[in-house]
Amino acid sequence: MSLLELDGVKVHFPIKKGLLFDRTVGHVYAVDGVSLKVEAGETYGLVGESGCGKTTLGRSVLRLVDITEGSVVLDGTDLAKLPGEEMRRFRRRLQMVFQDPLGSLNPRQNIESILSEGMIAHGIGKDQEERREKIKAILDKVGLPSNALARYPHEFSGGQRQRIGIARALVLEPDVIICDEPVSALDVSVQAQVINLLEELQEELGLTYVVIAHDLAVVRHISDTIGVMYLGSLVEEAPSDALYAEPKHPYTKALMSAVPVPDPEVEDKRERILLTGDLPSPANPPTGCRFHTRCPWAQAERCATERPQLRDVGGGHRVACHYAEDIASGKLTLTKGEVVSATREGVDDNPETDTPAKIPAQAEKISKAEKPAKTEKPAEAEKSAQAEKPVKAEKAEKAEKAEKPVKAEKAEKPAKAEGAEKPAEAEKAAEAAEGEKSVEAGKPAQAEKPAEADDAPAEAEASDAPAEAEASDAPEASEEPGKAV
Amino acid sequence: MAVATKSEKIQRLAELTAVSETSTGASLWREAFRRLKSSKMAIVGAVIIVLFVLIAVVGPFLAPYSPSAQTWRGEVFPNQGKFVGARDGNWFGLDHLGRDLFSRMLVGARQTLLVGIVATLIGLVAGFVIGIVSGAAATLGGDTGRRIDSVIMRFIDMMLALPSLLLAVSIAAVMGQSLTTVMIAVGVVQVPVFARLLRGSMLAQGNADYVLAAQSLGVRKRRIVLSQILPNSLSPVIVQATLSLATAIIEAAALSYLGLGNPDPAIPEWGVMLAQAQRFFSYAPAMAVYPAVGIIITALGFTLLGEAMREALDPKLRG
Amino acid sequence: MSLLTVDELTVTFGGRGRKESRAVDGISFEVDQGQVVGLVGESGCGKSVTSLALMGLLPAKGLTIGGRAEFDGTDLFTMSPSARRDLRGSEMAMIFQDPLSSLNPVVPIGVQVTEILERHRGMKGEAARKEAAHLLDRVGIPDPTRRLKEYPHQLSGGMRQRALIAMAVACAPRLLIADEPTTALDVTIQAQILELLKELVDQEGTALLMITHDLGVVAGLCDQVNVLYAGKVVESAGRRELFAHPTHPYAHGLLGSIPRLDAPRGEPLNPIRGSINDRIAWADGCAFAPRCDRYEMGCLTGTPELGEPRAAGHQVRCVNPVLDDAKAEEVPA
Repeated sequence: MSLLELDGVKVHFPIKKGLLFDRTVGHVYAVDGVSLKVEAGETYGLVGESGCGKTTLGRSVLRLVDITEGSVVLDGTDLAKLPGEEMRRFRRRLQMVFQDPLGSLNPRQNIESILSEGMIAHGIGKDQEERREKIKAILDKVGLPSNALARYPHEFSGGQRQRIGIARALVLEPDVIICDEPVSALDVSVQAQVINLLEELQEELGLTYVVIAHDLAVVRHISDTIGVMYLGSLVEEAPSDALYAEPKHPYTKALMSAVPVPDPEVEDKRERILLTGDLPSPANPPTGCRFHTRCPWAQAERCATERPQLRDVGGGHRVACHYAEDIASGKLTLTKGEVVSATREGVDDNPETDTPAKIPAQAEKISKAEKPAKTEKPAEAEKSAQAEKPVKAEKAEKAEKAEKPVKAEKAEKPAKAEGAEKPAEAEKAAEAAEGEKSVEAGKPAQAEKPAEADDAPAEAEASDAPAEAEASDAPEASEEPGKAV
Repeated sequence: MAVATKSEKIQRLAELTAVSETSTGASLWREAFRRLKSSKMAIVGAVIIVLFVLIAVVGPFLAPYSPSAQTWRGEVFPNQGKFVGARDGNWFGLDHLGRDLFSRMLVGARQTLLVGIVATLIGLVAGFVIGIVSGAAATLGGDTGRRIDSVIMRFIDMMLALPSLLLAVSIAAVMGQSLTTVMIAVGVVQVPVFARLLRGSMLAQGNADYVLAAQSLGVRKRRIVLSQILPNSLSPVIVQATLSLATAIIEAAALSYLGLGNPDPAIPEWGVMLAQAQRFFSYAPAMAVYPAVGIIITALGFTLLGEAMREALDPKLRG
Repeated sequence: MSLLTVDELTVTFGGRGRKESRAVDGISFEVDQGQVVGLVGESGCGKSVTSLALMGLLPAKGLTIGGRAEFDGTDLFTMSPSARRDLRGSEMAMIFQDPLSSLNPVVPIGVQVTEILERHRGMKGEAARKEAAHLLDRVGIPDPTRRLKEYPHQLSGGMRQRALIAMAVACAPRLLIADEPTTALDVTIQAQILELLKELVDQEGTALLMITHDLGVVAGLCDQVNVLYAGKVVESAGRRELFAHPTHPYAHGLLGSIPRLDAPRGEPLNPIRGSINDRIAWADGCAFAPRCDRYEMGCLTGTPELGEPRAAGHQVRCVNPVLDDAKAEEVPA
């Protein structure tokens, strides 16, 4: 059994009006039926844009907001039904790290007092002396000096404050820590410190995280499993690498394609799916699929009338879309929205400052980057894209370093394939390739609709080809022929 | 590459970064006090207040004459418009009954201060209790709490809807004419102000993340209210209390002026003195000017200090 | 000659008993017609102050501006205030981070747009209204004639930013300054706004000064990138060169510390230690030295000069730059 299980959780906020006594005139469907499981020791990432209900979902797990319907089961206890005082005591096992490190610390309490608060509430430590010892140990763990005890939150920098917030959660030795946008309020250079700290602590203490964030790159970096939320419900859930390799829900595809990658080489080849329209109001959600009003692949049938449920499409990949397979195989074409190049067309790469020939490794890479767009086999698309980064970053040790990710990827693939049935495997690989391409795979910058693959012969051939055979033949197209086989 | 040992490098770096003073454990209250001390406005206000309090405490002992003795009764003829102005021995002149104005001012300061403080305290304490109940109910009481808060607030709204002067006059009508009446009347008028202020401040703080954090830690609700929400909600109330001292003194003067104050001639009060002076204003303006100026300067002192405190306590101006 | 030339711009706040603080400490760059130049840095690096100084929108109290900024040959800082007002809005315009607080909440969008047309283009009545609708349509606001009558709070965040862009481009400015235009927006909306900006530059030849903390946004948009740290440009290069060979330890560290969507999971990040508060005055040495893994005694003797240690046109302000990529990888850890 999983450590934390949510089943059909709904959080509806009443919209009230009235003079003396309020009348309910409607509901905001902040969370509308979410079921997910978090395994002990793993990190579950929840992504979604503002207004998707991810924060409310996180708070509902701690019962900081009332759960309208459904159950939240931690280690066999249904929290949704616990009476107040019992719930209060149970909170020791579920802790939270907040987005705004300054706002979540009482400005009038010093660090010792802030960190003692939880221990006092749960009767941990018999006197302040004992508690202080414990606090010092925790402060050391999160990388703060012990002379921080007497100081106040405003005397620390943003990153340090977030460390205090993490320490506050850790003091109670919880089973699950819910991190609500743990780094989004921090400076870019400080974000990595906190992400690394969270990862180190997990390794050391065997913590279980639920990480809520809007930044897909951050979530992808630290999560084992990722759930994508849109307008109160999960639209897709998959292991981190699988989700990145083959996003199946149209919303996930659009979301992923929209995240800019800090690398011109990658950006030049990427395409963005532009969604039309705005997020509908959660007080008045669309019928049927919540996303159909903006979905680039929305169909006349079913989408507007029937609400898709999360269904398993193999390998622990769950998706709530009626047409996920058809979209992946390229059977459906875009009905609205557009696909644009991630890089500005008129961008002027100054030949003087841009000196690709200067360093051999770089030159090699560029020439390859151009070629694979046409010749590369679909299953390789991801591999080369992944291998590319290390190549660029560590030119000198290119051969050794690049090997690692590719190998990891290889190990990952069969493991996943085992879960699926045999015939499905080939299809899946093809889907993978297709999904891949539409989002980030190697294509030159002209706007080329991924779903219209049939129009482009070279592409169509690639995606229709039985992937199993092609994939193993393909390595020649990749950089490192030797070890990919 | 320059050859330098690690310790040398660290030392040089430490020298350069050491310029910024390391802050160690200065709470927000202490920082606010530090800012207050460096504010000119606060110092002027504080000096005025200290002088006023000093006069209130030792004034009666310094007064050269009894404030109620009509020593120079024979020299003033109010009916004929004949008054005595400032002169040697009577530095502020005489009032309409031939009493020494200077002595009456000195002695009256105490009553004036008393009225201000007691009236503000009445408003503060009652308003505080109502505000904290209402604020706590609204922030952490759930649906029932919101209902309680709603009822309390409608009651407060009704109090606010009554004209303050009318309220004071009716209280005075019930309780009779005395200084206590004035203090209660002025105090009661302040109750809804403090109640609303504290509740509003608590409501704003109740939405803060640190309250949510305390809840998620499993801290008991009562403790959240008392140790988290309340300390952060006090600043505006403290500022209002200071400003209220000024308005209370002025309002008390107004009520005295209307004849609701203490009729006992043995205990002078600036407001009463002002009230009595009005009949003779055309003949002896000085009689009105002294208590009026006294009231204005005192009120100004409290207002200056209050404004300076508002600035010092504003977390946005920290730094 | 470039459209905008900024030369050794310094901005200092201070006075009235407060300690002087220099937010911008000698920044130079150029923006050409149809070019996108990025100013990248974290909070406190002076990027926003630079843009506000160029627009003349900084509060005058306690403000000292040094250096020169020439727009199309005329010095912005010696210009008369009224000439500057005319320039602002017509020739150069700005887009802000928070679209809600940059729009007047009690005036309909239409009035706010027509106001600009009336002020700078002398249009009146129906003609101005038509043009306003056309502008909203151009920035991708559906049903523009209806939207003209709506108030800012009735629009979504993305629509507000579009409206703001419509106002900024109302007079076809030659220079657009965008200060974190997508930071407050969701990523799918950000993609739409970036697309709009790309179109503006490519189709109208508008020069764009892009101010952001997001290196990803820069990678696909900017021709020239300036990385700022503590009020100075520490590295300046074309986008490909910069991302392929980040040479200043700060730029290098920054690129190594951000999680990337396309990076395989499980690879640890290499964070830069400390925070922006750990810095020394530029006069004493490199402001980044306290956080730098490569600092030497030489870093602590006066301001490092901008040099070109790697390639022509790739400027780096560092005594001990990251030239050998392999070695640089070892240094953090």
